[in-house]
Amino acid sequence: MSAKIVTAYHLRDGDAVFLREDTSWSKDVAEAAVVETAEAEAALLETGQADVTRNIVLDVYAVDVEIVDGTPKPTKFRELLRCLGPSNRTDLGKQAA
Amino acid sequence: MYRYDEFDHAFVRQRANQFKGQVARRLSGELTEDEFKPLRLMNGLYLQLHAYMLRVTIPYGTMSSRQLRQLAIIGRKYDKGYGHFTTRQNIQFNWPKLEDVPQILEDLAAVEMHAIQSSGNCIRNVTSDHYAGAIATEVSDPRIHSEVIRQWSSLHPEFSFLPRKFKFAVTGDATDRAAVKFHDIGIIIKKNDAGEVGGEILVGGGMGRTPMIGKTIRDFVPERDLLAYVEAILRVYNLYGRRDNKYKARIKILVHERGIEEIREKVEAEFAQIQGSSLTVPQEELDRIAAYFADPDFEAFDAEALEAINRELEVRKFENRDFAAWMKTNVKPHKQAGYAIADITLKGIGETAGDITSDQMDVVADLTEQFSLDEMRASHEQNLILPHVKQADLFELWSALNSHGLGTPNSGLITDMIVCPGMDYCALATARSIPIGQEISRRFADLERQYDIGGMKIKMSGCINACGHHHAGHIGILGVDRRGEEVYQITLGGSGDETASVGARVGPAFTADEVVDAIETIVNTYLDLRESPEETFLSAYRRVGLDPFKEKLYAAA
Ligand code: SF4
Repeated sequence: MSAKIVTAYHLRDGDAVFLREDTSWSKDVAEAAVVETAEAEAALLETGQADVTRNIVLDVYAVDVEIVDGTPKPTKFRELLRCLGPSNRTDLGKQAA
Repeated sequence: MYRYDEFDHAFVRQRANQFKGQVARRLSGELTEDEFKPLRLMNGLYLQLHAYMLRVTIPYGTMSSRQLRQLAIIGRKYDKGYGHFTTRQNIQFNWPKLEDVPQILEDLAAVEMHAIQSSGNCIRNVTSDHYAGAIATEVSDPRIHSEVIRQWSSLHPEFSFLPRKFKFAVTGDATDRAAVKFHDIGIIIKKNDAGEVGGEILVGGGMGRTPMIGKTIRDFVPERDLLAYVEAILRVYNLYGRRDNKYKARIKILVHERGIEEIREKVEAEFAQIQGSSLTVPQEELDRIAAYFADPDFEAFDAEALEAINRELEVRKFENRDFAAWMKTNVKPHKQAGYAIADITLKGIGETAGDITSDQMDVVADLTEQFSLDEMRASHEQNLILPHVKQADLFELWSALNSHGLGTPNSGLITDMIVCPGMDYCALATARSIPIGQEISRRFADLERQYDIGGMKIKMSGCINACGHHHAGHIGILGVDRRGEEVYQITLGGSGDETASVGARVGPAFTADEVVDAIETIVNTYLDLRESPEETFLSAYRRVGLDPFKEKLYAAA
């Protein structure tokens, strides 16, 4: 299985967020917990899903990543854009931070 | 301009208030996302790639300075200082926070605006000719019937849960600037031999994954019966439209599968039942609505004054080449002597099509008030229009626009493209469109070259939903995902005007690195094969077909 992280949208601001090891959510993909087995992925998704029930996030799903310089980088273009922001406005979104 | 009546006011405020309660219940957890999602969509609130997105409807694209100023404030206060004009004459805000949306809706309601019916399987914002009420060739102002349809369709209980979304466009001019043939229902306002005003009704047009040109279902319906006739169409659609398959649910599929004759028969039978009922719009009501769209107080100029104004303009053009360039493409003749229509293209070279900052919105609002009898328009081509500008004010207007980055002289030229948000914002996208649009714009920036190419409409979508109208582009570009890579399919020969046609695919898709070169090859091929500079790209294409373009594009392969 390829490495995966778990992502969702923050309910209040709709921001893309990534699940950390400590079960909190980060806006920075570099802080995301990376899993490499199906069991670990299921467990991470379950943790994320609990926060859907608690109305913190919505649309929880797993994303394929590769590890580049020690940090996870989504392999799909769409997910990469969610980690950065609109490519026509590099002054906006996470890339601007 | 149409002003809300008491009913509209009460209704829009009530909806804003209702949504406030719904958001509060969502945030407190009383409502789950499954319960809340249909409610937020009914209020124009989507969840996109990076944030929520609020789509605000601008009925038939007409706005006042007060409304545009409020949009500027909303962009500044609750968003990131800008908004994006869409191909449905709407504006989208890309970054609102959920908890701020109720307040935004209240702020919109304060200026008679809202986000209702900008989403969902209902009748969407009615679009119309952005030159309505200003262009000389118009038979009748299409906004009158657009407004009648808006009022009738607002929260219509029978048509709030249609098989799919439903789009109307109305034009009052034989030259179609509203792409009426690409709508579920298109209406062309015209006069019959007796001189009565009515409409030709087209049905079953649309873009999306199955593009179709609308077919005339009735050549002339008197204006008092227009509503009854479109209601008859909606009823037939509601009854027979497919609900089993999302991709076959639009009325275009029904018309295609059953044939226009069968649909016409059913609609006529339904119409016969309801004609003369409460759906017949009384003349007084038509007159009441028409009064809102009556000509503003145009100043009258005598021949001598007009001549002096023209002389002055000629001098200005001679002295200032940039002004002359803007006059050449962005200024259109007005029905009233001494006036002109001014296009403000939101297509600065290398910029994002349709985007405008809050500061620019304020500038346009001021200029609308100062120079355009307080009226402006948003076009489906993602531009703004000042419809009623005195010719004598054109230089001053241009100077002000130009100093705020709004004076790009490219209306109708190759850099005046439609580009949907694509994957830079849109959750449904399969590829980005904005960066490709920006690159094309930079590639063709040279104005002399743009003039040489002449009238050209490039239209681009980031997925099969075709919000960027690529099927109707002289050159259409569709971004798709090919095994994780963004690639671009090109179609040629589409048109959204009165000669509507669906573009034909030229061949295999191009990568992001190749696509702008491919566009250049297409343009150069056209320049080589056209019979004269007067033969436009579209005419040339219609004469020669795909083959010469194919040959050049894939010769090396
Ligand atoms: S065409 Fe597709 S990518 Fe473009 S705005 Fe529409 S849904 Fe989004």
